[in-house]
Amino acid sequence: MRITLFVPCFVDALYPRVGISAVQVLERLGHTVECPEEVACCGQPAFNSGYWPEARAVAQPALERLRLAEAVVVASGSCGAMLKVFYPQLFHGTPWEEAARELSAKTWEFSDFLVSKLGVTDVGARFSGKVTFHDGCHGLRELGAKQPPRQLLAKVKGLELVEMAAAETCCGFGGTFAAKFPMISTAMGEVKCASAKDTGADYIVSNDSSCLMQIAGLLSRQGEPIKTLHIAEVLAQQ
Amino acid sequence: MKTFVSQFLDAAKKITRDLRHRGLIQTALGKYEVQRDRRKAAFQDYQAARQAAAEAKYEAINHLDEHLESLVSKLEARGTKVHWASTGEQARDIILGIVREKKARSIIKSKAMTAEEIHLNDALEKSGFEVVESDLGEYIVQLRKEAPYHIVFPAMHLTRGEISDLFQKELGSAPTDNPEELTMIARRALRQKYVTADIGITGGNFAVAETGMISITENEGNARLTGALPKTLITLLGIEKVIPRLEDLALFLPLLATAGAGQAITCYNSMYGGPRQPGECDGPEEYHVVLLDHGRTQLLADPEQRDALHCIRCGACLNVCPIYRNVGGHTYGTTYSGPIGSVITPHLRGLQDWKHLSSASSLCGACTEACPVKIDLHHHLLQNRRNAAAEKGWWLERLAYKIFSFVVTRPALYRIAKKVGFMFQPLHRFVKGTALDPARAWTATRDVPQLAPQSFKEYWKRRRKK
Repeated sequence: MRITLFVPCFVDALYPRVGISAVQVLERLGHTVECPEEVACCGQPAFNSGYWPEARAVAQPALERLRLAEAVVVASGSCGAMLKVFYPQLFHGTPWEEAARELSAKTWEFSDFLVSKLGVTDVGARFSGKVTFHDGCHGLRELGAKQPPRQLLAKVKGLELVEMAAAETCCGFGGTFAAKFPMISTAMGEVKCASAKDTGADYIVSNDSSCLMQIAGLLSRQGEPIKTLHIAEVLAQQ
Repeated sequence: MKTFVSQFLDAAKKITRDLRHRGLIQTALGKYEVQRDRRKAAFQDYQAARQAAAEAKYEAINHLDEHLESLVSKLEARGTKVHWASTGEQARDIILGIVREKKARSIIKSKAMTAEEIHLNDALEKSGFEVVESDLGEYIVQLRKEAPYHIVFPAMHLTRGEISDLFQKELGSAPTDNPEELTMIARRALRQKYVTADIGITGGNFAVAETGMISITENEGNARLTGALPKTLITLLGIEKVIPRLEDLALFLPLLATAGAGQAITCYNSMYGGPRQPGECDGPEEYHVVLLDHGRTQLLADPEQRDALHCIRCGACLNVCPIYRNVGGHTYGTTYSGPIGSVITPHLRGLQDWKHLSSASSLCGACTEACPVKIDLHHHLLQNRRNAAAEKGWWLERLAYKIFSFVVTRPALYRIAKKVGFMFQPLHRFVKGTALDPARAWTATRDVPQLAPQSFKEYWKRRRKK
């Protein structure tokens, strides 16, 4: 299958390892991967802040390019939800509405794609460590992908998966929310981190780097040793 | 005068630092979750129940005019006096008019969020009438001269010790931290009030259009006494409380109890259809129902967010909301707090004044998932943000997004921007945490991730060249 991988702007700039790992996993499964240079951001920051015309200015070129793809895989539940769930709303009543619907139908979050579209749960990964999984809210509630990442992690050799009590509780990132209401965002993150620490895990894994940025930022400030990894980084290891 | 947004920010800053308070709320709502899940499991199919409830409410709200006419005609046929109030002020005037006409000395009241919404107690007290809240939690916050902390649990932010201190001070009781003793202290004070009150005021949980009856559901029996003892009974309720059929209660009562409090069914369920009928031995001599609009028809006119009128005020969305759980009920500064409050307050009290509540959310969607009548809560927050920005955005924020979109849609420029950022990144540590730090909101509590020396796009470009 020819897969168009969409590596979101902040993953591209801050966590390139996540994109590289996603490519490795998809290629290992025998697929061809392309990453269009001209698609950088899905437009979610402006969209979530209410500035929809400004969001469309970013989203429309992305939509034009990605609609040509056979399948679009997004290395982030949040940006995946933007393409799949929110583009049809953002472009509602515009000439791009139809294209947005087409794109929605063939867009997948990375872990959901592996399990639900490709039917793969064992990608031949090996990773030693105790892992707890954080559900990014967009992946969980907008895309309804609770099980796929867990099914994938369960098949990783050497990996022990322990669930935290607050797995489904928001980490408090929320995009611009984290900067507009830092005290609330931080309090929410503290609840999340405490629950993750309670499991005694060595790693917090998620399918959303934006949540991990929040969690890692807090843990690092608190001097906690627990590390964060995107699920693609775990699945790429052999 | 401080703006609503600065009040909210100040209160949020203060309370998020109060770890004791946050712990108290997290613990209480954690226990609620356990109970709720137990009760949800008792439904044959909880999701199907939610769907059925959403459909019944959809029908009720989409034919609100017909259902209201049916409700009113049935109530009036039994001798109830029905009043229509477009605004809070009208509703207050109607109730004050009745109270004055009856020359009431004291008023007993059961829990009603609509009464909070129109500041009814204030109005009655300013006109010289004594009003006593009979719900235990409401009674406690009334003694503290505070607004309810939560739609369903008004005094959940207080410990037994704090309640005991309050009762000692206000009622002269002996100190105790035994919940039953505390309840008895309140009961002794309240029983006297029931007997002497001339007027009872209640809210309503549901209004059955088919039979013309008001359903009140409660755990203490206080609403039942409020309805049974005084000679005159007044019920104040929002027009959206209508449900089409009597049999709908078979669904809504357990759903409300489960979602709201983790109960199978609330302890006391009463139906009010009119004043005492000929041959009946009890009940009020006069029954007034005040139907309140207060912005609800405006919400009804909004096809996107009309479903917010489905709300049965169970408080489930507050209970699961990570924002509510960390900032608590008083921070919002509104009658309705939590996600439902953030959705409807801009409609009821002005978008520009209250838009910050829609922004103060990570849009996690826990509220929508919990709502027993399937209101699309977190997406409505997004729509409020869109409407607020379209009506009157912040020029600086809009400019920032314009610049961002200009850069990210031009690959060469975007590449340069990342390079420049990477070059200047080491300088950040000199300003980190100071007033000059552009990322101060983040860096005050969190470490910042570093721009990678080679972005993914660069990696990809190089790989393709090989």
